[in-house]
Amino acid sequence: MQKITRDVILEKAISMLQSGEVSAVLGHRTGEFSYDVTPSVFTDAQDLKANFVWNDFCGANFSKYLISKTKKLEGKILVFLKPCDTYSFNQLLTEHRFEREKVYAVGIPCEGMVDIAKVKAEIGDGILSIESTDAGVVVETLYDGTKTIAFEDVLLERCANCKSKKHVAYDELLGDEGEVIDSNRFDEVERLEAMTPDERFAFWQGELSRCIRCNACRDVCPACTCEKCVFDNPNSGVENKAPTTSFEEKMFHIIRAFHVAGRCTDCGECSRVCPQNIPLHLLNRKFIKDINTFYGEYQAGEVEGSRAPLVDYTLEDLEAEDVFKKEGE
Amino acid sequence: MQRIGVFVCWCGSNIAGTVDVQAVSEALKSEPGVVYSTNYQYMCSQAGQDMIIEAVKEHNLSGIVVCSCSPRMHEATFRKTAAAAGLNPYMVEIANIREQCSWVHKDMLTGTEKAIILGKAAVAKVNLNTPLIPGESPVTKRALVIGGGIAGIQTALDIADAGFPVDIVETKPTIGGKMAQLDKTFPTLDCAACILTPKMVDVAQNDKIRIFSYSEIEEIKGFVGNFDVTIKKKARFVKEEICTGCGACVEKCPMKKIPNEFNLGMDNRRAIYIPFAQAVPKVATIDPSACNMLKNGKCGICSKVCAAGAIDYTQKDEFVNEKYGAIVVATGFNPISMDKFDEYAYNQSKDVITSLEFERLTNAAGPTAGKLLRPSDLEHPHTIVFVQCVGSRCASCAEKGKEYCSKICCMYTAKHAMLVRDKYPDTEVYVFYIDVRTPGKNFDEFYRRAVEEYGVKYIKGMVGKVTPEGNKLKVRASDLIAGKQLNIDADLVVLAAAIEPDKSARPLATMLTASMDTNDFFTEAHPKLRPVESPTAGVFLSGACQGPKDIPETVSQASAAASKVIGLLCKDKLTGNPCIASPNELMCNGCSTCENVCPYGAITYIDKEFMNHDRTKSLRRVAQVNPAVCQGCGACTVACMSGAMDLRGFMNTQICAEVDAICR
Repeated sequence: MQKITRDVILEKAISMLQSGEVSAVLGHRTGEFSYDVTPSVFTDAQDLKANFVWNDFCGANFSKYLISKTKKLEGKILVFLKPCDTYSFNQLLTEHRFEREKVYAVGIPCEGMVDIAKVKAEIGDGILSIESTDAGVVVETLYDGTKTIAFEDVLLERCANCKSKKHVAYDELLGDEGEVIDSNRFDEVERLEAMTPDERFAFWQGELSRCIRCNACRDVCPACTCEKCVFDNPNSGVENKAPTTSFEEKMFHIIRAFHVAGRCTDCGECSRVCPQNIPLHLLNRKFIKDINTFYGEYQAGEVEGSRAPLVDYTLEDLEAEDVFKKEGE
Repeated sequence: MQRIGVFVCWCGSNIAGTVDVQAVSEALKSEPGVVYSTNYQYMCSQAGQDMIIEAVKEHNLSGIVVCSCSPRMHEATFRKTAAAAGLNPYMVEIANIREQCSWVHKDMLTGTEKAIILGKAAVAKVNLNTPLIPGESPVTKRALVIGGGIAGIQTALDIADAGFPVDIVETKPTIGGKMAQLDKTFPTLDCAACILTPKMVDVAQNDKIRIFSYSEIEEIKGFVGNFDVTIKKKARFVKEEICTGCGACVEKCPMKKIPNEFNLGMDNRRAIYIPFAQAVPKVATIDPSACNMLKNGKCGICSKVCAAGAIDYTQKDEFVNEKYGAIVVATGFNPISMDKFDEYAYNQSKDVITSLEFERLTNAAGPTAGKLLRPSDLEHPHTIVFVQCVGSRCASCAEKGKEYCSKICCMYTAKHAMLVRDKYPDTEVYVFYIDVRTPGKNFDEFYRRAVEEYGVKYIKGMVGKVTPEGNKLKVRASDLIAGKQLNIDADLVVLAAAIEPDKSARPLATMLTASMDTNDFFTEAHPKLRPVESPTAGVFLSGACQGPKDIPETVSQASAAASKVIGLLCKDKLTGNPCIASPNELMCNGCSTCENVCPYGAITYIDKEFMNHDRTKSLRRVAQVNPAVCQGCGACTVACMSGAMDLRGFMNTQICAEVDAICR
């Protein structure tokens, strides 16, 4: 359950919109169900009052939307950012993807977002409503009446392994400043590392063969912001097409992981939106873990303008043979 | 569609011995775009080149594939041939079927198969080649010499002699290097100081040469003809231009117990010091780790006694920026540490010393004023054991020593042994050796004299253990020729320690993007034909930084490097490499990644107006490459996520075509 309520956020949005400080608000819009919310740009206070949502399903990372939404906008846009979103926000600023002065960023604390897939797995179909209370997530169902599940049991993977409750960029903060968390997010990567190459291959074969190349992971990824993606560029040799072999699916995800390596903030959007529940974040986390091991701790987006080790160079950098020797450690 | 000619070279039997050249030229005939294919004994010969020119005219060729040696060897040759035939030189591709094929395969079948595949890859690339036109860049007519030993000194003097300004950067407070520490020099036995110090004075007095002593290289940017170097002048707390080198400050300094590095710690110096009497520049330097004034503000005597008022306790490190056309590396060598050689008791007994320490002990300006006295009790040693190859030729003990031969030890040990016997005929001198290696003019004669005229006892065999006992050193050794164990009671043991490149060489190589071997010696562009050039254009090698060398060899190489530098600085303009990066602005994200990874600072960003699909206009941040600065390293092309940055002559599509051809 979120500590900051919808009313507090809504009040902020309406007052800024009405005073003219911002000309638009980036927020979540109601959908058919309470868990079915859509990122949306509001320019009207009445619309905000009627349709603005803030609940346990507002997982979307708004940073990437700022690229397209600030482009033709007159004035500023108000955006509400969770702690993890602010890392992407900084990373995009580092890469000059939008103009900082066109954004008014309000940091809002986050207690973690709920994974509807986990709720459905627990409850089954026929969900009529979901409400978060202090006692847990209360689900009213068509067939089985009302059930209560512990909040922790249905968190998104990325929230269960949350790396930071600290906002690293904002103009204004609602609520208290959080802290960076000593998370267990690399445990699963370590489990994969411990596998034999054959076992690991079988694992990824199983996961990636479910890929339907819907491109949702790429489209949502705040690190995937190219003017023209290589997968859409007929001259790149790897342009978008229906995968004809399982090899091609692998190549898509591996190329994407390489492209975002060192820039991925581990926001977890790729795995959140994957309709096939492929744990894509693990590929990125392996890169993050390796970069940390080889070049020292680095968190993309923690500091605006920071140079990722992969595109930076210092005399202390490891030599290739040292990296080779460190392999598997 | 290209009209490609394929020319397969036999290279005598170098290629034809393991590759069926006829089969290769036949197989490549059917590749897409190939209209002519042949083979010949020596493609690089005049007859071979004429054959290419003829074929271009006769078959109206638009591109050429030469299957031959490494492009490092003859790419330039065949590009000139293409130009002579009226083609753009960049329409030539080399398939390396010698170094990467015939030389590594023993079997004709596999060698031929691989040669055909490599040829196919080159054909696939030429199909996508486009003519390229090189640009030009100016040359800064000033040279930088890094290291002020005999190598750096000779190089600087020769370059200055040709009329070009030179800067020497030396980390020590004085130039002179290792040679300044030596006593006599083989094979003529003239004193090192007598022949070196006049050269040091020449350097100081030459108005073309500037000396940055007590200075380090902080940063190197740029490329051949246009290096941009930041030099850190470390604070010496003495105003260099005012200090007269009178030495009054040194005499009065109360901090007397600082180990003197110039005498390898065998005596002491003060906190303010001038390394030796003939130092250049003859300027005092304060050691900040030893000076009381700098540590806790309590002293200030040197400042009081300095008549010139040269002492400045507030001095800070100073950074000097300068542009250079060429850089000469002359960082030299050091003896390796003896810490891992416990068997020789170096750390247990003061009377076990290295050969460089022995040089100081016999040097008139050394800690004993040239009298051979053993360090422990200042008595004259009557039995001296020299041990050769300590850490050299140490293949079985690579973690302790070096695999290579340090080259200079045989000769200086013969010199030491001979000088001892000459001055102190009552002294027994033993030399233990694996082999005595004395190639060089008058070298073997010199060594024979030590044995035959001076009665030095050369024993083939190694010393197993040195044990200090009382005031003696018990030396246990084997005499391989007599086949027996020897036990010698020695007064002094001298270890000919292996030499290794200076520790500053590795970070410097990284800054220069110059290559090194596994022992941290700089690699030359070609071991036989380009021995004083680094593979990095504009970087030259002088002296022991490239490999162990004695003084005659060092001086020859130093002058050779200088002549290469002069050749470069004489040019007004350098023809650039047209294989440079070029961004596709429509795909550029403006993310600055390429700018961050560019080692040459060739990429900048501008806001450029673009027409949108709806005919409105918008500004976008896009990358721009400065063609005069880009060196075509390709770092940006691999860093660019969207593939907007591409390298002319090595376009992503060309590389992929090569890979596809190989995997087909």
